[in-house]
Amino acid sequence: MIDYNQILSKKVLEIKPSGIRRFFDLASEMDGVISLGVGEPDFKTPYAIRKAGIESLDQGHTWYTANAGLKELKQEITAYLERRFQTKYDPNSQVLVTVGGSEAIDICIRALVNPGDEVLVPEPCFVAYAPIADLTGAKVVPIPTRAEDQFRITPQQLKEKITDKTKLLIFPFPNNPTGAVMRKEHLEEIAQVLRGTNVMVLSDEIYAELTYGEKHISIASIDGMWERTIVVNGFSKAYAMTGWRLGYAAGPKPVLQQMLKVHQFAIMCAPTTSQYAAIQALRSCDAEIEAMREEYDMRRKLIVSELNRIGLTCHSPQGAFYVFPSIQSTGMTSEKFCESLLKAEKVAVVPGDAFGASGEGFVRISYSYSLNHIMEAIKRIERFLTNLPK
Amino acid sequence: MDKLLKILESNARLDNKKIAAMLGETEEAVQAAIEAYEAQGVICGYKTIIDWDKTDRHYVIARIELKVQPKRDMGFEEIANRIAQLEEVESVFLMSGGYDLALTVSGKTFKDVAMFVAHRLAPLESIQSTATHFVLRKYKERGLILSDESRQDEREDSTL
Repeated sequence: MIDYNQILSKKVLEIKPSGIRRFFDLASEMDGVISLGVGEPDFKTPYAIRKAGIESLDQGHTWYTANAGLKELKQEITAYLERRFQTKYDPNSQVLVTVGGSEAIDICIRALVNPGDEVLVPEPCFVAYAPIADLTGAKVVPIPTRAEDQFRITPQQLKEKITDKTKLLIFPFPNNPTGAVMRKEHLEEIAQVLRGTNVMVLSDEIYAELTYGEKHISIASIDGMWERTIVVNGFSKAYAMTGWRLGYAAGPKPVLQQMLKVHQFAIMCAPTTSQYAAIQALRSCDAEIEAMREEYDMRRKLIVSELNRIGLTCHSPQGAFYVFPSIQSTGMTSEKFCESLLKAEKVAVVPGDAFGASGEGFVRISYSYSLNHIMEAIKRIERFLTNLPK
Repeated sequence: MDKLLKILESNARLDNKKIAAMLGETEEAVQAAIEAYEAQGVICGYKTIIDWDKTDRHYVIARIELKVQPKRDMGFEEIANRIAQLEEVESVFLMSGGYDLALTVSGKTFKDVAMFVAHRLAPLESIQSTATHFVLRKYKERGLILSDESRQDEREDSTL
């Protein structure tokens, strides 16, 4: 008998499985569960984009593309970044098309980090950064963000965590799971701390199109930040294209060159059909994005108002499609709250601590669901809270 | 407040408080806007989309195409309004193309509808011809897909 534990990579064995996974496994064994758990749009990909994918297949575009992606797509991406965020990149050397934002995150961390380097990760945040940094041998240093700061990272917090070993700051705004955004004045404060250091920034802007009120500003557009920032973005959230697996990274050539090296050996190129579809997305789908944003915005306002009404205090998130209410009034841990809610009323939400220790006391609720679905879930959560022993 | 109309069009049963939250308005402002739309006739009424096939009600509908001789000075107005008065008639549209008026007519049985067409509609002065098409099955009505499968959420919970 092979003892696989002796054979497998120690680093991989040490990675904890995602806390969300465990919870969904529990939910999937029950009947009649309604979920507010998924992290992807409920909209279908706009038809013009699907059609472009279908046409590319009809025309037989079924080969690999260049490693860094179709030239036309890279040009559309850089044109988009300039038009939306006033950041300039050379399509030939400063942009790389990847398999979702996820791959861009992976290869960016791998291209930058040496064993022993410190990687700053604001928490609560998307679950992938820390395990990937771990695999490179980095030391992950969490920066806990707080509800009273609307889950923004403050310049003081950042300053305190920077050492001479700090290599990279993960900068995930608009944020999953908190919905936090960094406005221009906050970005200036962060930039002030970083200018003059050698700390690089991985700015994960996958939710950039989903901000409510003010438009998203990229940290790469702040004075002195372009040269130290790798922007990660993609098509999944903005264009409802999660299943197409298409994202990109943009940044200074020396970093992108090394990322490209990892990409070409590990991946070869992003899916060709998806790349053709994405060209169409960038060219013609601004109106569709706007319509989806408006729909999310109405749901957001409703869910924030309803959650506060039934006694789960929650700040009004300015981005993404999640709300992150506090469940501390119930006296339960996040985990206990979610399990009890699931068992009593069959509603699945995600415990906040799945996104880092500082998420304890909160739950993540996604509003990428129809209004009727959201209202049914709220009704059940309200009943759950009413029936709790006082 | 065109967003308000869109919200009501997709779900007229939302209470004003929820609509107000969605629009970032006060409940009173929403109430006032709805009343104004009603007064102007922009909002004509509120109805429910029902799949009668799932109930024990006997209910058939037909689409009827009418060719009409328009009247001098009145055009199609007079006949269209007259047909609209008939309670079996659910909708009346003036059409471009091969015929003039399109009706939706309902009844308990196919025979009911056929009799209605033969005895009430066809004899009306100025109607030149009728063509009756019975509806066999409804898949989508007013933007709403009626099949149960369409309500399934295909998305799988993943680690995000």
